[in-house]
Amino acid sequence: MAELVGGAPLLEVTGVTLRYKTARHLITATYKVSFQVLSGDRFILLGPSGCGKSTLLKAVGGYLAPTEGSIRLRGREIRGPGPDRMMVFQEFDQLLPWKTICENVAFPLWKSGKCGRREAREKAMEYIDKVNLSQFAGNYPHTLSGGMKQRVAIARGMAMEPDILLMDEPFAALDALTRRKMQDELLRLWEDTRFTVLFVTHSIPEAIRIGSRILLLSPHPGQVKAELNSLRLDCDDGVLRKGLEDRINDLLFVDRVEETEAPHG
Amino acid sequence: MDETTKWTPRPEIYGSPVASESFGVVEKPLSLWEWISGIPGLRKSLVLVGLAIIWELYARYLNNSLLFPSLGDTFGALVAGIVSGGLLIKIWASIRVLLIGYAVGMALAAAMTVLAITTRVGADILETLTAMFNPLPAIALLPLALIWFGLGEASLVFVLVHSVLWAVTLNTHSGFRNVSLTLRMVGRNYGLRGFSYVCSILIPAALANILSGMKIGWAFAWRTLIAAELVFGVSSGSGGLGWFIYERKNMLDIPSVFAGLLAVILIGLIVENLIFRTLEKYTVQRWGMQV
Repeated sequence: MAELVGGAPLLEVTGVTLRYKTARHLITATYKVSFQVLSGDRFILLGPSGCGKSTLLKAVGGYLAPTEGSIRLRGREIRGPGPDRMMVFQEFDQLLPWKTICENVAFPLWKSGKCGRREAREKAMEYIDKVNLSQFAGNYPHTLSGGMKQRVAIARGMAMEPDILLMDEPFAALDALTRRKMQDELLRLWEDTRFTVLFVTHSIPEAIRIGSRILLLSPHPGQVKAELNSLRLDCDDGVLRKGLEDRINDLLFVDRVEETEAPHG
Repeated sequence: MDETTKWTPRPEIYGSPVASESFGVVEKPLSLWEWISGIPGLRKSLVLVGLAIIWELYARYLNNSLLFPSLGDTFGALVAGIVSGGLLIKIWASIRVLLIGYAVGMALAAAMTVLAITTRVGADILETLTAMFNPLPAIALLPLALIWFGLGEASLVFVLVHSVLWAVTLNTHSGFRNVSLTLRMVGRNYGLRGFSYVCSILIPAALANILSGMKIGWAFAWRTLIAAELVFGVSSGSGGLGWFIYERKNMLDIPSVFAGLLAVILIGLIVENLIFRTLEKYTVQRWGMQV
């Protein structure tokens, strides 16, 4: 049911175990997680909180080195953060407050040496237009609403034309209406340029709506529970949607039911 | 109250918004008074005028120009000092030394904080040093400075650097540490490292703190300088503003002493309101990082 199958995998995550230290503990966030992202995928990391999905995304972003296993982008091992994997964060403060919207989008373009200053500006305006914020291009971020800020962050990520766009629950802090609109807009943008995106969420409906392929992770530590195909973008069959939703729900929460029932049995 | 009245359904209400043209006012310029009272500079000037009136009234009531000269006498002495007594030259002498000390202090503070955020040992050193030296009044180092550097400008610059360095370092460092994790990650996502990371992300993100550190540093330096000049007087040539005050006190020319103090205050006000306020207005306030 996958809509677009490229050649070799763009991103290969093989047997990745992630551990990080807090002040008192060494925490294993994920244990031997493997998956492959193909070019043009809308790949979702889905799981309850504490399943290490955000940590996994940060490892792909290069902020964290795996203790075991490897993460390869286009066959090359990932070493540290870089503009070939642009991140969109959940927080609204991810835009640089001292730069206007246009400068925020243009800055990484010329700073990373991708293009000259003038070209960066033009490209920035083009992508700001794609997210319908042209009239705010000269504004500073503090004058924008949360949803608008997230759209700027998405425009900034897309303008860089990265190998893969990493999105860490970008709509989680938005209200339900805005969230729905943003999901549609993201899909519209995807149909436009067919970029590859790795998207973290804890919402099952969001995963089904946005994703083309969904990786389910179990909590404490995160391990692969299943890797499923989502529905086609043009699918409006409510029964099919509900069916997949229930299937994912069962897969994710079946353990929990057993756990709570165990003491009585 | 019985059950039936309690459960009577409340009526549903529908409003009918009228078109905006039928309002009396949609947008109207403020009245002159509202407009004037909205200018902070003007309100503060009013405070100054109030203080001046209280000063003048009290001085006239006291009628003793040796203890408390009137505002008029003080301004007279100020003008006379500027015209004949070379007060401007003395002010300039003070400001010149101050600027040298301030610049050296800022440069050292910049070097130390950059070292502190790039290396952990740098941070440990900085935190220990600021904890040790920040509470130490600069003026307490003056006797030592006089032994080390002699009676001259070098000693003054030394104590000034001490007074600027720790205040600016402390604020800048805490500003850097307060930069949100998200912004740091964004910067590294752009592939920024080392110097360009500090300049493009950390400094603008911490600018509110850096500016407040610079303000505190300026005030510390200015007080330290005047105090140091009062203690050991003339350094080179004509001496500075502190020396002017000391000299005039010895001559019992109290209006001139007041004029000297007034000059200290005026320069402080000008630097605070003109330079730092303007800097803030065009940076952190414009970016919504400070109200």
